Amino acid sequence: MSSKAQRQPVAITFLVIGVLAIWMILAAFPFLWTLWGSFKVEGDFFSKANWANALTGKLTVSETGARVTGDGYYGAWVQEKFWLAAWNSVIVCFFVVTISLTLGTLGGYALARSTYRYAFWFLLSALIFRAMPPITLVSGYLPVFFQWNLWGHTATTIIVLVAINQPFTLWMLHSFFKNIPAELDESAMVDGCTRFQAFRNVIIPVMWPGVITTGLFSFLLAYNDFAVTTMLLSRENQTMIPKVASFLGTTQTKGNVMFAVSAVVSVTAPLFLMVLFFQRQIVGGLTAGAVKG
Amino acid sequence: MKHKSFFWFVLPSALAMLLFIFFPIVSVLVQSVYVDHEQVIKTVETCDLFGCKESTTVDQNATAALRAEHPLGQFAGFKTYTDRNHLAIDEFGENWTRSNSWRDFGAQMLNLPFYKAISFTLVFTFVVTPLVIVLGFVVAVAVNSAVKAIRGPLIFFSLLPMMITPLVGALILFWMVDARGVVGAALQYLAGDPDLSVKASTPLMWIMLMVYGVWHSTPFAFIVYYAGLQSVNQDTLEAARVDGANRWLQIRHVIIPHLLPLTTFIALMQLMDNFRVFEPIVSFSAEAHATSLSWAIFNDLGGETRQLSSAAATSVLTIIGVAILLSPVLVRTWREFDRK
Repeated sequence: MSSKAQRQPVAITFLVIGVLAIWMILAAFPFLWTLWGSFKVEGDFFSKANWANALTGKLTVSETGARVTGDGYYGAWVQEKFWLAAWNSVIVCFFVVTISLTLGTLGGYALARSTYRYAFWFLLSALIFRAMPPITLVSGYLPVFFQWNLWGHTATTIIVLVAINQPFTLWMLHSFFKNIPAELDESAMVDGCTRFQAFRNVIIPVMWPGVITTGLFSFLLAYNDFAVTTMLLSRENQTMIPKVASFLGTTQTKGNVMFAVSAVVSVTAPLFLMVLFFQRQIVGGLTAGAVKG
Repeated sequence: MKHKSFFWFVLPSALAMLLFIFFPIVSVLVQSVYVDHEQVIKTVETCDLFGCKESTTVDQNATAALRAEHPLGQFAGFKTYTDRNHLAIDEFGENWTRSNSWRDFGAQMLNLPFYKAISFTLVFTFVVTPLVIVLGFVVAVAVNSAVKAIRGPLIFFSLLPMMITPLVGALILFWMVDARGVVGAALQYLAGDPDLSVKASTPLMWIMLMVYGVWHSTPFAFIVYYAGLQSVNQDTLEAARVDGANRWLQIRHVIIPHLLPLTTFIALMQLMDNFRVFEPIVSFSAEAHATSLSWAIFNDLGGETRQLSSAAATSVLTIIGVAILLSPVLVRTWREFDRK
């Protein structure tokens, strides 16, 4: 903004600061509060006597002898085998991201380069598919998966997540490919490359930023999914999110809410780091579809 | 691009979508018009000294054979759609004639699972979406007028509510509004009612779910608007300023028209996402007070008895809902494409 705009009335400055302060508290406070509380005992995190106990850790001191305790984390990760769920999440996310990107770059490239009408119809049907709530699809999978004994395996879930991911991946990569001049691959083909060689050796090397951004969103979808993973995975193959949900049903009644609280913090931590390191790509990806197209 | 190479390039991803998105839709359509087989009952005559008696038992073998032969179950037409758990045609008519006021009628209808789910889903969608757009815009304008140096951290924290797993984010809020949590305690203090509990009250639960929805989605609207604000034409803004437009008039006549196409995009994405509201209901254990269509399907699928036909019927009704919601956008996109 120009210097003239900087000279704004005091009232507006205060209004802006007020809005920002309230929004920052709303956006950040819940996370900080839960992170802090996860190192306390249940009596402090859910305090009947005084909410401030969650800050000072009054009962934590009297129960464990220290201001902070890692009991919740120990209970969740070791006792309730959250590490297994975390490992399953790693596997699922890794394969979903790699397969999604492989299929998505191929398809997105073709859609960006084709000038025929059917490319548009393809994208439009992808948009319709994108709107389907995943749980409605799950109710379509279950009878078939039971019939053919496909239910419960990690591989099945990976393929399902890849498919559910495709519409979004295609749209995003398609808009990234559109920004790469078609002359680039055309000149490569004039020089004797096949279409696939042009794609592989000329286009992909300049596409890395777009691929990384799309990969981040594929990762988020696989990591955050609850509807598909909870219905399609057997107990031992469960990923982290259904595992957290299962803490709510069984463990809460046993008085071990703190397991769930520390599991929740554990799930949040990688996302936190991801936003920290890839903020620019995430912002770019979210706005790519809207601003350019 | 040649037809042939286009075909080979899109084949893998088309196949994935065909198998795991299109076929499941067909599968729920088919499944929804079938119901489970009834057990085969056989009559056995047992005779003893005192004469013959007829008794009925379940013929396990015959039942298993029938199930194996027709795995879909028996054809039922639209019976599942009209039963009490879905469109509840009979109950609807009964309530209509019996109830003596709109209020009474509404209350009766909310006892029916499908109407309970769809009313919350629709209220959630159409309350959260506009609020997200307005709040996202306000935050974007505020961040845009902040000093450049602090914008990075501001954006970082603003993104968090959206990037967090919905189930987990909802849990974090739920624990805070618990009667023993920090926000719950504050609410009790403000209301002057030490027994106030969000969990126990239907209106509070609805409000809380929508607060979560707004909290979760505002960052999305914010970031799209923020990016849009970066590309506002500075010359137009300058011209408006020279002509004496105050801050509000600049926003009203320069910035809002510039951001209008983005609003369509945000509204489309938000309508789609809010219509499938599901995780917060699980996190808040809100099913006694509020259910959604997605939750209803989840509930049918889970548990000991998987009610596949019932889930399929609700799925079909949900898909119809999505189609109605999307139709204006689709028609518009199609017309625009035709013009090109």
